[in-house]
Amino acid sequence: MSRLFTRDTQAIFWNNNKSAIQRMLDYDYVINRETPSVAAIVAPTSSAKFEKFFWGPDEIMIDVFRSTKEAVEAHPNADVLLNFASFRTAYDVTMEAIAIPNQFRVIMVTAEGIPERLARTMNQAARDAGVTVIGPATVGAIAPGAFKIANIGGTIENIIKSKLHRAGSAGLVTRSGGLFNELCNIIALNADGIAEGVAIGGDRFVGSVFIDNMLRMESNPDVKYMILLGEVGGTEEYKVIEAVKSGKITKPVIAWCIGTIAKHFSSGVQFGHAGASANADRETAEAKNRAMAEAGIHVPESFNDLPRVINEVYTKLYNEGVILEIEEPEIRTIPKVRRPKNFICTISDDRGEEATYAGYPISSVATPDTGKTIGDVVSLLWFKKVYPRWAVDFIETVIKTVADHGPAVSGAHNAKVTARAGKSVVESLVTGLLTIGPRFGGAIDGAAKYFKYAHDNDMTPAEFLAYMKKEGIPIPGIGHRIKSLRNPDLRVEGLKKFAAEHFPETPLLDYALTVEQLTTSKKDNLILNVDGTIGILMVDMWRSLGYHEEEIDEFIESGTLNAFFILGRTIGFIGHVLDEKRLAMPMYRHPWDDILYDVHKAEEL
Amino acid sequence: MAQRAIREYDGKQLFAKHWNEYFDGFHYPFKSVLVTSADELRQKAKEHGFEWLNQEPLVVKPDMLFGKRGKNDLVLFKVNKPGDVTLEDAAKWIEEKQAHDVTLLSGQHGHLTHFIVEPFTPHTQDQEYYIAATTVGEDDVLYMSAEGGMEVEEGWDEKVNEVRIPINMNEADIEKAIRANVPEDIPAENREAFVSFAIQFFKFFRDMHFAYLEINPLVLIGTDAHILDLVARLDDTAGFMMKDKWGDIEFPTAFGMEDQSPEEKAIAEADSKSGASLKLTILNPQGRIWTMVAGGGASVVYADTIADMAGVKDLANYGEYSGGPTTGETEFYAETIFDLMTRYPDPRGKILIIGGAIANFTDVAKTFTGIINALEKWAPKLKENNTKIYVRRGGPNYEKGLQDMKEAAERLGLEIHVYGPETHVTDIVRMALEDEKK
Repeated sequence: MSRLFTRDTQAIFWNNNKSAIQRMLDYDYVINRETPSVAAIVAPTSSAKFEKFFWGPDEIMIDVFRSTKEAVEAHPNADVLLNFASFRTAYDVTMEAIAIPNQFRVIMVTAEGIPERLARTMNQAARDAGVTVIGPATVGAIAPGAFKIANIGGTIENIIKSKLHRAGSAGLVTRSGGLFNELCNIIALNADGIAEGVAIGGDRFVGSVFIDNMLRMESNPDVKYMILLGEVGGTEEYKVIEAVKSGKITKPVIAWCIGTIAKHFSSGVQFGHAGASANADRETAEAKNRAMAEAGIHVPESFNDLPRVINEVYTKLYNEGVILEIEEPEIRTIPKVRRPKNFICTISDDRGEEATYAGYPISSVATPDTGKTIGDVVSLLWFKKVYPRWAVDFIETVIKTVADHGPAVSGAHNAKVTARAGKSVVESLVTGLLTIGPRFGGAIDGAAKYFKYAHDNDMTPAEFLAYMKKEGIPIPGIGHRIKSLRNPDLRVEGLKKFAAEHFPETPLLDYALTVEQLTTSKKDNLILNVDGTIGILMVDMWRSLGYHEEEIDEFIESGTLNAFFILGRTIGFIGHVLDEKRLAMPMYRHPWDDILYDVHKAEEL
Repeated sequence: MAQRAIREYDGKQLFAKHWNEYFDGFHYPFKSVLVTSADELRQKAKEHGFEWLNQEPLVVKPDMLFGKRGKNDLVLFKVNKPGDVTLEDAAKWIEEKQAHDVTLLSGQHGHLTHFIVEPFTPHTQDQEYYIAATTVGEDDVLYMSAEGGMEVEEGWDEKVNEVRIPINMNEADIEKAIRANVPEDIPAENREAFVSFAIQFFKFFRDMHFAYLEINPLVLIGTDAHILDLVARLDDTAGFMMKDKWGDIEFPTAFGMEDQSPEEKAIAEADSKSGASLKLTILNPQGRIWTMVAGGGASVVYADTIADMAGVKDLANYGEYSGGPTTGETEFYAETIFDLMTRYPDPRGKILIIGGAIANFTDVAKTFTGIINALEKWAPKLKENNTKIYVRRGGPNYEKGLQDMKEAAERLGLEIHVYGPETHVTDIVRMALEDEKK
């Protein structure tokens, strides 16, 4: 890994830090990235599925998950974790991420003040797993023109001023995050910007140290020279000195350690970061600056003198032809005023030449020669997917099966009464539809929900029955007014036959049939009815199509099964309404003798 | 700050609290009191459970984080001969030591406020050991010596055995490594006991999140372990998960540093209540160059540069504000500095550096509004002190912040030089000093 990040690098952002994520996306847009650098957000307490962000003038949605594991399952290409958890949880989040095999290449930890022992354990675990940890206590890192972590570089205006929107020639490593920005500015003013930069973090124990980053930069062809800003305290700079002396680092290095002030105060004053405290002469800023200069590193007279040295080294490399002139890339600009959208649509689009269903032009699914049917249209508009033939056929079978059940059921009755009151087709239709719910048509939902629950929890049929009895709910999808095992419902037989022939497998139906064996042994008409069969087979269909159990639960919760009943039965209701229109029947009034009146007379008036 | 020293008394209390869990096979007769005056000691002796203060010979030492108390003649263990110190001797000694400030051999100077009083433990030299643990580089290191007492520091290399214990070493290997490195000059009959103590000591050090833990000397008499002298530092970042185990532990300031000025205390208090960071240390109240710098790293380079260019004597303070403080917090911080810097007039006048790097996310205009509010109140005093102000800052909204500052300068008649990111961060220090020479 010679480059820390590329233009394709994508990260999982742990914690929904909206302003930091927006800055990343603004950066992506400005540098013409094709994909957003944040693939997903992990927010353990959020119930949201996505978060909206601006992408230039437009908006995009970034997936939100409750755990890192779920996030990487959905986004296996995201190999960077930006851990923005607090110092209380940052350790756990990092350890969990390291434990996911072959997933993360880089983990950045922003929290300051992680207990030292935990930080050491975490850093060691990362090293053992070959994961580069940036931080803790850092603003992160940047590969200009490719990928930027969170707030590093500051505002977009500053990023462009500091030439962080495209790769320059310097590799930059600092401890401090605030001075990282400052250094980028200095390098932009006195040289041609940076190719890669890392703020390693201010805590005493950080994952990747100066030398780790500088050895990578040594092998990164974009980096022509390196700039190191160290601090009083610690001995990390000596590893760099060793590498320069031994020839592991051959590119020119410019370095300065801040904190020369500390020599004037024996103790008690903490200058700068937690990591910045000299325990020995070797750890003072002077000693390190001296040792670096002796090793041939370019060391300025003072921090104030640093720009001059940078310019000198840069100019020399430029004159030698090591550094070439950089062609400034085209950048996109972020509009000053952006308005968040009120509505989101993910199923169809009417803005182009031709309106589309889930990306398919209507003409590509409408006419018979396309081979597409109404089942295909349902799968596109309801599930945003092209379902295989067997699933499409099943959906159509369901719609046809539930289209009508005569005039006496409550919905049809309502529709007829309303039509006879002289109301329009749509008014009559909705009075019928409004009866659909837990008692009318609801058994499809209920059967899917409870049978799935029992099956997921490995209940035996007897346990399931006992459970439903305890809940005080009759088992949805079981029982028929007149049909029984001996006199089976042919609609159910048809569905079962279709499933047996075309479904890859039907584990939930198989389970439901064992339940039916038990219930019918108690009473002959306690058969699996048509509602139950549909609900259960829908679950089997989704499982075979590869949906996760949580997604299927969500379909059930959101009323998707009910929607099939609504769609199918609408055909029947419209039939009944048109029937009434044709028959021109008068206004309906229910006869008195069919009503039991039990109204007490008023005591007094 | 992550590693913070605790009192010897608190350290011993931690041992006592967790003794049974960690030190299997040993008994720790924890008898120790911490007092702040002679009268408190006399009072303590009347309480139930502290009868030993009247019955046993005592040892008294200040318990204020500094070491070398013996060499500083600050340990009372004898009047005429070792082990003859009575309660009243101890009380009188405390009174005597509190009558004047003391100056240590290290030069630290201050008033003695805390004393630890314990029974005198008669023992022989061969019952004394040295044991300590800390973190060096990435590893834990356990130090063991068959010789206890303060002489251990002379001849460290010959007398002390070191065991390096990497963070990921398992329990069995830790035990093996310690056992293999126990000093050879520990007599065979005491060896097993010492090995057992050392292993348990290390686990205690590790599990309690100590950054440094030293017993010198440790006295083992049979199964009795006596901790005669203890130095301990905790990793205070672990505080959130160690609340129950540590209890209500105090992190006192270093001896001689406890006389924080009211202004430093006020800033420290504001810091503890804020999500942002506010830090202030007064280095020289009569100093001529004052700084109000945003950011931890930038504050260091300003201090470096001032010390280099003007000399450290002129540098009045060190401090920083960062992490997006509110306008109100910044105003309070600025007012505190303006107040301090206008107390002692200097014939050469005063320089105020309002510096900072290019912020990542702090709103510059917002924090500058706080500084300008403070300038409005303190402008007359600042002028009286002939103050020149140099500003340099970048980051979100910096153009407005700098513009506001220029306008304030004109309105208030203050000499303020304002620079943005095009000027090198510390170059205003050079400019300020060169302007002065003109």
